[in-house]
Amino acid sequence: MIKIKDHNELFNQPDYQAQFERKKEFERPWPAEKVKEISDWTKTEAYKELNFKRENIKINPAKACQPLGAVFCASGFDGSMPFVQGAQGCVAYFRSHLSRHFKEPFAAISTSMTEDAAVFGGLNNMIEGMENTYTLYKPKMIAVSTTCMAEVIGDDLNAYIKTAREKGAIPEDLPVPFAHTPSFVGSHIVGYDNMLRGILKALSEGKRGEPNGKVNIIPGFDTYTGNYHEIKRLMTLMGIEFTLLADVSDTFDSPNTGEYKLYPGGTPLPDAMDAVNAIGTIALQKYSTVKTMDFIQKEWGQKALTLSPIGIKNTDAFFAELSKLTGKPVPAAIEEERGRVVDAMVDSHPYVHGKRFALVGDPDQLLGMMSLIMEMGGEPVHIVCTNGDKHFEAEANELLASSPFGVNGKVYAGKDMWHLRSLLFTEPVDILIGNSYAKFLTRDTGTPLIRIGFPLFDRHHLHRYPIIGYQGALNLITMLVNTILDELDRSTIDTTSFDVIR
Amino acid sequence: MSTAIKDTQKMIEEVLDAYPDKSKKDRAKHLAANDPSGQCSTCQVKSNVKSRPGVMTVRGCAYAGAKGVVWGPVKDQITVSHGPIGCGQYSWWSRRNYYNGQTGIDTFGTMHITTDFQEKNIVYGGDKGLDAALHELKELFPLAKGIGILSECPVGLIGDDIEAVSKRVAKEFKYPIVPVRCEGFRGVSQSLGHHIANDTIKDYVLGKGQLDTSTPYDVALIGDYNIGGDAWASRKILEEMGLRVISQYTGDATLNEIAIATKAKLNLIHCYRSMNYICRHMEEEYGIPWMEFNFFGPTKTYDSIRKIAAKFDEKIQKNAEDVIAKYKPMMDAVVEQYRSKLEGKKVMLYVGGLRPRHTIGAYEDLGMEVVASGYEFGHNDDYKRTYPELKEGAVIMDDATLYELEEFTRRLKPDMVGSGIKEKYSYHKLGVPFRQMHSWDYSGPYHGFDGFPVFARDMDMTVNSPTWDLIRRKKA
Repeated sequence: MIKIKDHNELFNQPDYQAQFERKKEFERPWPAEKVKEISDWTKTEAYKELNFKRENIKINPAKACQPLGAVFCASGFDGSMPFVQGAQGCVAYFRSHLSRHFKEPFAAISTSMTEDAAVFGGLNNMIEGMENTYTLYKPKMIAVSTTCMAEVIGDDLNAYIKTAREKGAIPEDLPVPFAHTPSFVGSHIVGYDNMLRGILKALSEGKRGEPNGKVNIIPGFDTYTGNYHEIKRLMTLMGIEFTLLADVSDTFDSPNTGEYKLYPGGTPLPDAMDAVNAIGTIALQKYSTVKTMDFIQKEWGQKALTLSPIGIKNTDAFFAELSKLTGKPVPAAIEEERGRVVDAMVDSHPYVHGKRFALVGDPDQLLGMMSLIMEMGGEPVHIVCTNGDKHFEAEANELLASSPFGVNGKVYAGKDMWHLRSLLFTEPVDILIGNSYAKFLTRDTGTPLIRIGFPLFDRHHLHRYPIIGYQGALNLITMLVNTILDELDRSTIDTTSFDVIR
Repeated sequence: MSTAIKDTQKMIEEVLDAYPDKSKKDRAKHLAANDPSGQCSTCQVKSNVKSRPGVMTVRGCAYAGAKGVVWGPVKDQITVSHGPIGCGQYSWWSRRNYYNGQTGIDTFGTMHITTDFQEKNIVYGGDKGLDAALHELKELFPLAKGIGILSECPVGLIGDDIEAVSKRVAKEFKYPIVPVRCEGFRGVSQSLGHHIANDTIKDYVLGKGQLDTSTPYDVALIGDYNIGGDAWASRKILEEMGLRVISQYTGDATLNEIAIATKAKLNLIHCYRSMNYICRHMEEEYGIPWMEFNFFGPTKTYDSIRKIAAKFDEKIQKNAEDVIAKYKPMMDAVVEQYRSKLEGKKVMLYVGGLRPRHTIGAYEDLGMEVVASGYEFGHNDDYKRTYPELKEGAVIMDDATLYELEEFTRRLKPDMVGSGIKEKYSYHKLGVPFRQMHSWDYSGPYHGFDGFPVFARDMDMTVNSPTWDLIRRKKA
């Protein structure tokens, strides 16, 4: 057998190392001392100040653009085809991005607008796009969002869709909700919100009828398929009939049966249409559902609650409010589950207590993680939220103020991971929590990374484990405490402290 | 017309039947049965034209071509994604253009740096912000040797003058600031982005570098983006032949390397599609000849080594034979190890710039047969180079759609498919062995003598993994 060396080993060999040295003659790199000098300087307080002064450039930001959130949301309805009016590269990027995270296929349509559409508008692209999509891919619904190109030239989706129907490109009765999703406003979480509101508005029109006794659950821009399965399990345990809006769990976690299904599942359209008749709606994220919840409250006249069940206290609040809304008691099984998870947290708390954390991610996940960390005596220190607004900043500060473990915490809304790099040098922490891109911070600063958030490209299956509810809390603290213990092993490996029992 | 061609044509017609009339007529021109002889007039595909809206093309945009391929890998300059947040986010650290250097200090390849346009930039323009952004970057990254400004869609639509900003700031900074007009709505695919980016190399960098010595054996390695270390594996062979590789375009490249390519005696181009423009320019302006070569699989590699050596003196020609003699036993052993497990397996390819034709020989070295191949963004000259490489009746696909790929798979029943991330997981669901042939599925290198063993190992694990057998297929 030949021993095969791929890139992981190959380029460490002397022949390649010599090649790299020879190549420098042509590269003309900076002298090694100069590189070291600058590298050291980037770790200083002075560099941090310079870094925090910038206002016109983002460096390694943790946010994506609106239409990504829109196509994600659109894919959570049965037979729904996400359809993006604009230039085609965007859709290629959304599909790649989502597939890299979920390791699942993701279908979405572009109207492939080019120079002529920039001049004349994208009406013809919309009409032909609708006809081709309907004929080839046979959707039950086409959910339209926009790229920045269509937004800058001012394409009028409402009018275009109407024209497409009149021209017979699609049937008169095919639901075609739409949302304008300019990528120069907000981020992917806002796109999710806009698309969901558009879909619910379109589907609920004229559907008001008898109350159906159900509760609507809106997961938000939640990329943990495990969370969808978990919320279904919990609602079933509670004995509450419910509708998930939008249910992406099958879209991004479908069983392998040797066939490729373009539409593997999602919220059934009749259920989504009937959502207007529910007794109330609970959103599991706040910042990705602001406009949708406002719409539900005002237009549907429903009780609209936002309860993000990450951590014990947040999950307690979720069940208390759910129980109040439905009149159903929390069953013993869930109470026992809580007890088991709290028991686990009691067991693990000594390793988390007093540990300093840096966190980067989307607003709702950050708030949940801060809460959970403080519940175990950990200290959130740097909280970076590139797509956080002033409301998030205020809410996060309030949360920090509510616990003695929040006293060292500082919230950085609108900042990016290059800012965080400075912070990790000037005010080091024990643990970093973030998405896969945050691994550059581990490389540069040595801070161990716990991968929570989106996107997670370089570890498999993490998104299949829930992080909401009591079970989710257990999954999170397992990651937390074992990362801390792995780190402890690494740092004590040559000492007597390399213990077998922790 | 042969039966093989007729059968394939019939199959294509059946697949096309599902389209609405207008798109059917259009798509028919992009699908053909292969005729290696070039005699059959209906066996050539139309290419490099607009994708139909709504068909689910696999293609990307000009920005993707300029950033992901040409400029992104140039390591000691900063790439600014100029416009809204998304484009830079989705193309961040994903193409595996390996490079040596300290990221964020003297190299910047795996960073995502963007002007993050807000509504005010759309209304009032982005030039002022860009100017300020460049100054902030200069302060924070003093070792950068230049900055590339890659325009996203809005920049071209709102009429910003990034060229003026670049010119002004470049004078101040005394290094290249390169405005790249690669807005995503320009052209029909990534391809125009390659061309635009090549033109900016010509206009802003070429000829402005420093090379102290010169030899008769100086060559530039063009069109290799060092995916998983490909260019390093290719460079190793060229150096062992006695050639001096003065420049890599653009994997692991510095701006100086890009600039000094004009001093090469011969330009060697691997990915013709993305970089033929700069080779033609250097031929016209500097009189530098260029030649295409193929370092996938031993047969094509030996052939290419000899063809390259033929452009030089006897010393190089002797070295070439020595290099081949040195590696041949190793290559034979790799083939010996894997061929029996892969013999007769059918492959379907749908990729980008060079792989739809360049990897055919490597598959054939392993006893495999490519039964269908196509390009996302190929041009006529790519297809002309592809027809002779494939068997009669193989399916040629230009700008294939999700629907077509699925239908051809159903009918051709390939033993494996090589395509991209967007295609990968639908094939996993179908239970069809699949390999990403853009990123090497996070493996590599695949080029040269160090790459072929990895290629062979990977194709074997793809086709012969026991995991596929676990899939419990629904009874039809």
